[in-house]
Amino acid sequence: MMWSWIPQNGSLIWTLTLANAKLGVLAAVFGLIISLPLGILAARWRWFSAPVLTVVTVAYAIPSLALFIALIPAFGLTDTTVIIALTVFSLCVILPNVIAGLQGVPAPVKQAATAMGYGPVRRLLTVELPLAVPVIIAGLRIAVVAGISLASIGQLIGVSSLGYLFIDGLQRSFPTEIWVGLVLIIVLALVCDLILVSIRWALTPWARS
Amino acid sequence: MSFFSYAWDWITTSANWHGSGSIPSQLLAHLGYSALPLLIAALIGIPAGVAIGHRGGKAANIVINIANAWRAIPTLGFLILLAVFLGFSALTWLLPLVVLAIPPILINAGAGVAEVDPDVKDAAAGVGMTTWQQIIRVEVPIALPLILLGLRTSAIFVVATATIAAYIGLGGLGRFIIDGLASDQYGPVAGGALLVVILAVLVLVFFAILSRLVVPAGLREQAKTE
Repeated sequence: MMWSWIPQNGSLIWTLTLANAKLGVLAAVFGLIISLPLGILAARWRWFSAPVLTVVTVAYAIPSLALFIALIPAFGLTDTTVIIALTVFSLCVILPNVIAGLQGVPAPVKQAATAMGYGPVRRLLTVELPLAVPVIIAGLRIAVVAGISLASIGQLIGVSSLGYLFIDGLQRSFPTEIWVGLVLIIVLALVCDLILVSIRWALTPWARS
Repeated sequence: MSFFSYAWDWITTSANWHGSGSIPSQLLAHLGYSALPLLIAALIGIPAGVAIGHRGGKAANIVINIANAWRAIPTLGFLILLAVFLGFSALTWLLPLVVLAIPPILINAGAGVAEVDPDVKDAAAGVGMTTWQQIIRVEVPIALPLILLGLRTSAIFVVATATIAAYIGLGGLGRFIIDGLASDQYGPVAGGALLVVILAVLVLVFFAILSRLVVPAGLREQAKTE
């Protein structure tokens, strides 16, 4: 390890860390935004959930690098290409959890809400979705953690992230640089994971015991 | 031109189907580079997972928490780090693929065995089965759907990561992508990517067929009625 390299390249490292965080976090957020309405519909209609889950299983199998490449003609070697591909990935991880979370709400709870005069929309927003939060966040955690790590592969098509430190470190045979990239990606992922755990804690006061 | 027309033009060019480094030879190589680490990971992950699931308790929890950390490890960085220290050798690509393929297999096997209904285990003990018989003849068959799910997750992961390993010199379909990117030729890049996707989908199909063949009929019947 050449420790002095780290402060000397502080601003580069910081820029790459922010770029990497942006790619992974935006993809997870977009994945959640698309998953919620689709998941709500799929949890309601069984005929819809089976094909949705099949599509998700197949899409999950598509390697990120292949998806980046497929999007190049449309979006070029840009952040957009990487964010769209990672959004597809995060959708595949979050959507099944939205469906499972909503389907896991016990029937007596839903019946009680209806008996108290809740309409379908109010019941969904104030009873079912809050109860599904732990399962939805479990999916979101995987999406963010994996997304931040996968974003570094975007460097192979030239999209800037902490992956730059891997490629540059290999070309210069300079392990310090590779270590920094590796450790920062893991730290970044774990920080985001911790934030999500805190959000879950804040959103589910009944589960704190 | 779209991705598919580039990919199709390249795949249907007959020159790409002959000689060394042709599509068939790289496809076979990719299968080999994926199958070997998957096999090693299965030989380590399944017994370890079954053992942890059978014991249950705290160990199972710790293992599941490690699962999330596993997803944070950037495969490209891991491969490159080893390449810098070891140069390009079998160990350079095999070690990361095996290490990264173990967690899904181990966790799913562990969860599958841990979730076996205690009544079923009592019944197995009640009819006079030894611990070994309980594990081999009752717990593992009941856990098979999850064990296969873990193997499938790892298989997909290994196929994708073997592609990336082309960057540090591994053969296989990733060669078309990495070499094409380096020489600014989108044809082989798109063609290689499409072949990798097809291979990944074939892995899914393979596991769907496998689970029909090996999951006990009683479990499939139960899944239908639930």
